[in-house]
Amino acid sequence: MIDANSKTLLEVHDLHATVGGIEILKGVNLTVRTGEIHAIMGLNGSGKSTFSKVLAGHPSYEITRGTVLFDGQDISALAPEERAQAGVFLAFQYPVEIPGVANNQFLRLAYNTVQGKRGKEELDPLEFDDFVREKMKLLKMSPDFLDRSVNEGFSGGEKKRNEILQMALLEPRLALLDETDSGLDIDALRIVANGVNQLANKDNALILVTHYQRLLDYIVPDYVHVMEAGRIIRTSGKELAQELETHGYDWIHASDRVAGAQS
Amino acid sequence: MNTVARDDYLERLIESWKKEISPARSIPYLDQLRANALGRVELLRLPTIRDEEWRFTDISSLRNTPFPRASAVASTDLDDQRVDAFLDETACKLVFIDGQYMPGLSNLATDDDSITVCSLSELTTGARAHIAEQYLGQLASFQENVFVALNTALMHEGVCIVVSADAAVKVPLHILYISSSKDVAAYPRCLLIAEMGARVTLVEEYVALHEGVSLTNAVMEVYVMDSASVNHVRVQHESQQAFHIANSFAQVAKAAHYDSLNLALGARISRFDERITLAGENAECEVDGLALIADRQLADTHTFIDHALPYGKSRQLHKCIVDGNAHGVFSGKIMVRPHAQLTDARQLNRSLLLSDKARMDTKPQLEIFADDVKCAHGATVGQLDKESLFYLQSRGLAEVAARNLLTYAFGGEIIDRVVVPSLKRRLEEYILARTRIG
Ligand SMILES: Nc1ncnc2c1ncn2[C@@H]1O[C@H](COP(=O)(O)OP(=O)(O)O)[C@@H](O)[C@H]1O
Ligand SMILES: [Mg+2]
Repeated sequence: MIDANSKTLLEVHDLHATVGGIEILKGVNLTVRTGEIHAIMGLNGSGKSTFSKVLAGHPSYEITRGTVLFDGQDISALAPEERAQAGVFLAFQYPVEIPGVANNQFLRLAYNTVQGKRGKEELDPLEFDDFVREKMKLLKMSPDFLDRSVNEGFSGGEKKRNEILQMALLEPRLALLDETDSGLDIDALRIVANGVNQLANKDNALILVTHYQRLLDYIVPDYVHVMEAGRIIRTSGKELAQELETHGYDWIHASDRVAGAQS
Repeated sequence: MNTVARDDYLERLIESWKKEISPARSIPYLDQLRANALGRVELLRLPTIRDEEWRFTDISSLRNTPFPRASAVASTDLDDQRVDAFLDETACKLVFIDGQYMPGLSNLATDDDSITVCSLSELTTGARAHIAEQYLGQLASFQENVFVALNTALMHEGVCIVVSADAAVKVPLHILYISSSKDVAAYPRCLLIAEMGARVTLVEEYVALHEGVSLTNAVMEVYVMDSASVNHVRVQHESQQAFHIANSFAQVAKAAHYDSLNLALGARISRFDERITLAGENAECEVDGLALIADRQLADTHTFIDHALPYGKSRQLHKCIVDGNAHGVFSGKIMVRPHAQLTDARQLNRSLLLSDKARMDTKPQLEIFADDVKCAHGATVGQLDKESLFYLQSRGLAEVAARNLLTYAFGGEIIDRVVVPSLKRRLEEYILARTRIG
């Protein structure tokens, strides 16, 4: 929801980033205020996941130019855990499997670490068990997933639900959902979208990364951005997603050419 | 015995041995066995890194530590409480101090008469009279192995455990080997016989009451008779300065099952040689190992699984977690003899290097002489997965916490296979504490 009085949560200015010496992000600009939902769309390889990982602090990506302000603070030098503690959350496009670490152990450790850093109450295993089961209901997840190793042998959809479960537990102020819709059938998509909608409020913000319009039928964005070759080349309202769906990404260039010819 | 050993380290050991009075009560077979072994020691020498099987493990520093064999320990030197600290109340316990079996500190807290425990020299009367002759030293050949020869020559008393046919022993047997002080050498010896259809769990644990240099040279022989099942857990937790050399032999008969789990946690240099022979049709073994080492520790595990007859099955998972300047060695040989058709063997060695200086040498060897078999093996050496670390950190865990959790999980796969719950808990706590570095 767009509100002129809300405060700026994320301010990305002229962001350039490289991985393995190759420049992937080539000047991204983006401002996100509390209460807003943004969608970043774009073809495969356009740099959406890179952008998400850079914001979350992946050590393989290096910021070579530009700034990232979160809540007014430059976070580019912060470790991933410090960003998480401050309220940045990334739901991974490909969540990692961690054999040998029980999901409930992991979730409780993450929850208590973040709670502790935020000066909030930590939960003992029994209290946490009740708490997490309640959150799992939101996503219609079976409690069986607590005893299994983190993401190990989970289906694509189960992994995505486990990501949103972590989001529900960690209560981020800025959540980046990277292709959370991929691998979900329509029922699962509804459940996950419904869960995300319940977590969105006027004090936090969401960035949905996707290359399909489908998710946006369920989580309605305030802004849609199109990323191409490491830049945001177009920003508009939610209708942009529909137009991209109908006409394809080439349409942007075609319409740009038309616009150029007319001017 | 007037020959002079070719090896001056061994010669000094032999001299010190000859000055001692031989054990008061013994049986002729045992005396003869010791004498034969001593004769063999005189012809052998300590291995060096020029010997293929010792390529990665330099034990030349053993020469600087010509410890006397521990003299007889009075059981009053150590009170029960100190010993009990290492044991869970429910376990049947057998205690060795510096290699010497201590009946006074041991306690078979079971009225189960299906278990016989006695020192080898007590095997003189009744139905058990010929056990020593029939079994002792039959698997643990000392012809080519100087450490087995030394153990056989220098052992005080050995202990013999016999589990009667078809008996299912509910409580685990717990053998505790205590190194009581530095500069002492121990030569513990144990013989376990699980008769036909018997089921038993044995925990062998090596601990130290000191932080200094000591030497353990242990030999274990296990007979798993037809359809019997033995679960054997071995925890080596010696002083960080110690030398620990152990040879373990198991013979698994028809349709019998042998589970072996070996944890190498302590010692400056440890070498564990395990030889398992699947000597009957449908014999099975499961061989797991975990070495968790840091600083300047070296842990060397050599296993040899010998498929001698058809329909055998072996499963092996050996893991090493190597930190600091430590050095892990794994050599795993699987032999499938011409006769052993339809063998199903699988071996995996996975190692985790936690520092730049950590080193791992791994050498899997399959020798297959039968044509209709399923054999697979693999070895991986790697660091903690970067993507997993980032994932955990992105959920708020500090890098150190994330590393520790992943390291713990890596070792946890082996700890999970420890069948004695109290021991498993204790090991989990230990590994958590050990991985809580930095
Ligand atoms: N670790 C990496 N090493 C090399 N190239 C990478 C790496 N990660 C991403 N890239 C490249 O960066 C570009 C953008 O990738 P990505 O951000 O995953 O795009 P998207 O999420 O939009 O599909 C691609 O060309 C991809 O090959
Ligand atoms: Mg992507």
